[in-house]
Parts: sequence; C-alpha cells; structure tokens
Amino acid sequence: MSPPVLSLRGVVKGYGAARALDGVDLDLHRHEVLAVIGDSGAGKSTLVGVISGNQRPDAGEVIVDGKPVTLASPAVARAHGVASVFQDLALAPNLDVVENLFLGAELTRGRLLDEVAMERQAWELLGQLAVRVPSVRVPVGALSGAQRQGVAIARSLLGDPKVIVLDEPTSSLGIRQTAEFLTLVERLRERGHGVVVTSHSLVDVHAVADRIVVLRLGRVNGQFDAALATQEELLAAVTGVDSPGSGGGRWGGSR
Amino acid sequence: MIANLGLYWQRLRAGDLGVLPVVVLLAIVWLVFQALNPAFLSSDNLVNLTQQSAVLGVIALGVVVTLHVGQLDLSVGAVSGLAAAVTAVTSVQWGWSQWLAVLAALAVGVVVGLVYGAVHTRLGVPGVVFTLAGLLLVTGLQLRVLGPTGSVNVPFETWLVYLSQRAFLAPAVSWTVVGVVVVGYAAARLVERARRQRADLPVDAPGTLAVRLVVLASLLTLVVAYLGTNRGVGVAFASFVALVAMTDFALRRTRWGRAVRAVGGDADAARKAGVPVRRVFVSAFVFSSTMAALGGVLATGRLAAANQGTGAVDLALTAIAAAVIGGTSLFGGRGSAWSALLGVLIVQSISTGVLLIGGDFSLRLIVTGLVFAVAISLDAIARRARQA
Repeated sequence: MSPPVLSLRGVVKGYGAARALDGVDLDLHRHEVLAVIGDSGAGKSTLVGVISGNQRPDAGEVIVDGKPVTLASPAVARAHGVASVFQDLALAPNLDVVENLFLGAELTRGRLLDEVAMERQAWELLGQLAVRVPSVRVPVGALSGAQRQGVAIARSLLGDPKVIVLDEPTSSLGIRQTAEFLTLVERLRERGHGVVVTSHSLVDVHAVADRIVVLRLGRVNGQFDAALATQEELLAAVTGVDSPGSGGGRWGGSR
Repeated sequence: MIANLGLYWQRLRAGDLGVLPVVVLLAIVWLVFQALNPAFLSSDNLVNLTQQSAVLGVIALGVVVTLHVGQLDLSVGAVSGLAAAVTAVTSVQWGWSQWLAVLAALAVGVVVGLVYGAVHTRLGVPGVVFTLAGLLLVTGLQLRVLGPTGSVNVPFETWLVYLSQRAFLAPAVSWTVVGVVVVGYAAARLVERARRQRADLPVDAPGTLAVRLVVLASLLTLVVAYLGTNRGVGVAFASFVALVAMTDFALRRTRWGRAVRAVGGDADAARKAGVPVRRVFVSAFVFSSTMAALGGVLATGRLAAANQGTGAVDLALTAIAAAVIGGTSLFGGRGSAWSALLGVLIVQSISTGVLLIGGDFSLRLIVTGLVFAVAISLDAIARRARQA
C-alpha cells in the first residue's frame, strides 16, 4: 500500500482536567474513506478540530505526506492540502454561491476579483459533484440544507486537497439527501482524495467507508475493515462493552 | 430582463431589499416637502442640499463600512470634532501649512481606528460599547486641543474653506465627467459581457444593458443640467460622490471588500474559510475613523471654524441613521456604499425641508427619528424573512 497521506501520532488534546484526545494514532491513504465513529464526548469533534487546523494539539504529531506539520489555522491546513467541511458548514449566508466557494481564495485579475473565471469554475465544480443550485448568484442563505452542504463540499475541493474532512455530514440531511451525499463521497474517493468522515450513524458509515476507527473516551478503541465488520462488533467498540450484542440497546438509546 | 426580475425576486425572498425602497422613500420625502413648500425642489435649494450633504455623507460612508462588518462606531461625530479642532489649531495657531494640518487630522482618525481595531480583535468587546468610551475620551481631547477659547476661526481665503464652501465644477468639467462615467460604464459592461460569452456564462440581454445606460445617462444629465441652472455641482459634493463610488467598487470588486462582507455575514465562517478576520475588523475601524476625520476637515472648511459644537453627539447618530435609512443593515454583511449617498440625501432633505416649512430643530429630530425607526423595522423584518 502507498504511504499514508495523513497520519496522527500520539495526539493529545485536553480541556482543563479532561482529556478529549489521549494519544490517538491514525493513518489515512489516498483513495480511502476513513470513518471515525464514537459516542458523544468520545473525541470526534476534537479530532476533526486538530486535523482541520481549528484546534492545536497539546502533544503529538500531525504528518501530511510524510512531513510533520503545524496546522495553526484552517487556512494553514488548507495550504498543506487538508480541507474541511465543518458541521456548521462555515458558509456566509449573505454571500452568493460563487462568493462562498472562493471565500479566502478568490481569483483575481490584477488587483480586482475575476468574477468570470470564478463563476465558470463554480459551475464546473458543482457539475462534477452533481450539486444542483437554482443559480450560482443566489445568496447561500436562500438554499436548502443539502444544497448548502453541496456548496461547502465543493469549496473544500478547490485547490485539489489531498485530504478532505467531513464532520458529521449527514446529521442535518433527510433520507434521500443522505443517499445522494454518500454517492458524493464515493466520487471524492474516485478522484483520489483521502476522506475522513465522522458520524453518529453506523448505517451511513458502513455504506461508504473503507475503514472504520472507533473512538472511545479519547482513545482509539478498535479499527475495522468496513467490509468485514459487523454492526455488533462496532457497537461493542463504541460502547466499550466486550461481549457483542449486549450494547445494542444502549446504542439505540443514544441516537 | 425577465431573468433579472426572477433573480431580484429570489433576492427579495432571501431578505435582500436592494436599493428600490430607499429610492421610493427619497421620492416620497421630496414630494411631501415640495407639496408643503414649492421652493423645496428649486435648483437653489437643491444646490444647498447637495453641498450640505458632503460632511455628513463622508462620515456616513465610514459608518456603512463598520456596519458591513457588523460593528457600530458611536464616536464618529467626536472623531470628526477632534479632527476639525486639529485642523484649525495646527494651521491657525501653530502656523502649519494647511495641507500638513489636514494630514495630521486624518492621521488622528487612523490612530483612533487602529486603537478600536486592537481593542475589538484582542478583547472581543463589541464596537458599540468601547466606542462609547472612545466618544468621551475623544470629546475630551477635542476640548483640550481647542483650548480655553473653545473656538478657532479659519481664514476665509484659505483653499480648504474655498473648496468646501464656494468651489463649483465648471459646466465643461461637469459634462466631461458625465461623458467619461457613461462611456466608461458602457465599456466596462461590454468587456465583461464579452468575457462572459467567451466563458459560456449567461449574459444579460442587450436590452438590459441599454436600459441601464439610458437610466444612468439621464440621471446624471438631469442632475448636472438642473443644478447647472443655479451654481452647479459643488466640488465638495462631487468629491463625496466619487468617494462613494470608489468605496462601492472596493466593496464589490476587491478581495478586501469580499472579506468585509463575509466577516459581517458570519465572522467564524469567514475565519474557517481562511479570511484574515482580525485584519478585516481593524481595516473597517480605521476606514470609519478616517472618514469621520475627513468629515471633520470638511466641516472646518464649511464653517470656516472649529469649535466645541463641531461633531456633537447628534452628528454621529444622524450619520448612523443615514447609513441605515440608506439601506445598510444593522445586522452586518448587507448594504452598499451608495446607501451613504441616498441616506444622507434623505436625512439632509428632511432637515432643509423642515426648515423651509418653518419647523425647528425639534421637528427635524422627530421626523428623522421616525424615518430611522421605520428603516430599522424594515431591516429587522427583512432579517426575519431570511431566517424563516
């Protein structure tokens, strides 16, 4: 297998006395969808924060393409080829689709914005991902949740990142939209990106992931091949119960 | 055209009112005062009105930019007062050249803006709170600079007084500007259209462009021709309009402008997208204070004096009212530099109109306050429509 495009080694991140991440190791390859699952408070959001540059780890290394990097901000992470789609999508509702897509990375001619080139690329990008919007000049605040998410994912693809992080992408989507989203993730894998997805939903990650990492209390509590892992095994790892099956009720309760 | 209407409707439903309601409001104000006193729309009164708009307008332009990033600077009046004091005292009492005095006044504005920007980005205090402290502090400095007499007269024959009071564009110059603007606008539009066609992007129908050009050309022609029957277009007013046009261009066509609007829409989203949010806040506060200082410089010229009353509290409030009445949202991220022009024309029309019908300062404040309240309500309703 090719060397990992993104690795975490011994990453620790604490808030006061509590440790949200306690020595996490992780590898991600190109053409791979890695799902990170875990109960509330297991450390998923903190992990996403560290990878996306939104939070700085207290200890440990983040390695991109074999080189240790310091992801001081989302912009720096992006410059290193790690793009993120945050759970809140991080779109400005008053800006239109084109403006949001290129926010912070606008194309210019001389000192002025090159609206023509940006609009052209926006259509191409949205077309590749089969994201449908009524117009690319409509404020993002007027779009549906699924359309907004499409825009946020399309934005993460600009600059052709090596790694795309999707934080709880299906939490605000309906059933059909979720199905469309899963197809979209497969397109990302085909394009050669390494994809990290966090989710509460075992069904969704099972459908799309190649590998599943289970976080529990800030530690990696098991890695699974998605094609082979059973729901029971995953549940057991999520809840920390050894015997498969006995945790099923608790999982259902926590959803 | 129909596609344009569709897009406008979509924007309307998304809670974006555009410029239309403001133009309607200005028309209503003018018609009402014209009905009450036929002298209101006389060219003499309109020339006065435009000349009086420059000071308040420049200050309101700064307010528009701070509102764009979702902040409110309450001290713009005080800063203009301090700038006026600095201009007058350094040039008259200290014997500095007037250029240097004006630059010093503008520098005061820059420094105040830098301090505000630092306080906001380092401590996270909303502008509306710490600019109140700034208001007191700056007003104190203004009184200190003016000294015990509290008033400094600027000689009538200096260029600053001439430019802000008595300088009018020669008709040939006015018409040349109109020609350059119309031709330039047409050329820019056609070039953009050709680029869009080459890139296979949808373009406006040729009719739409023609209609826009005709509207622009007739508007400018009407203004220049009508004001030309009196003293013409004042240099102060023309400079203010040019400043508005440049700011509008910067807000819509540069990365800075895009960042400003993004930060006002959702500062956290902008940060995650890689916008240098802190720098954007600082630049907005610096812009607003500098414009306030420029307003103070112009006020010194208009009054040929700076005194303790220059830049009183009601000036800041009126400038903020003008920006909001002109269509810039109090909630950040929405508006236009042109709302400084339209809003100031409305506010200034109210004050001259009230004067013409024999009303006093109290009536002027009441009417302005009512119109401001209506503008705030519309802004809030539009915001609710967006969130629904």
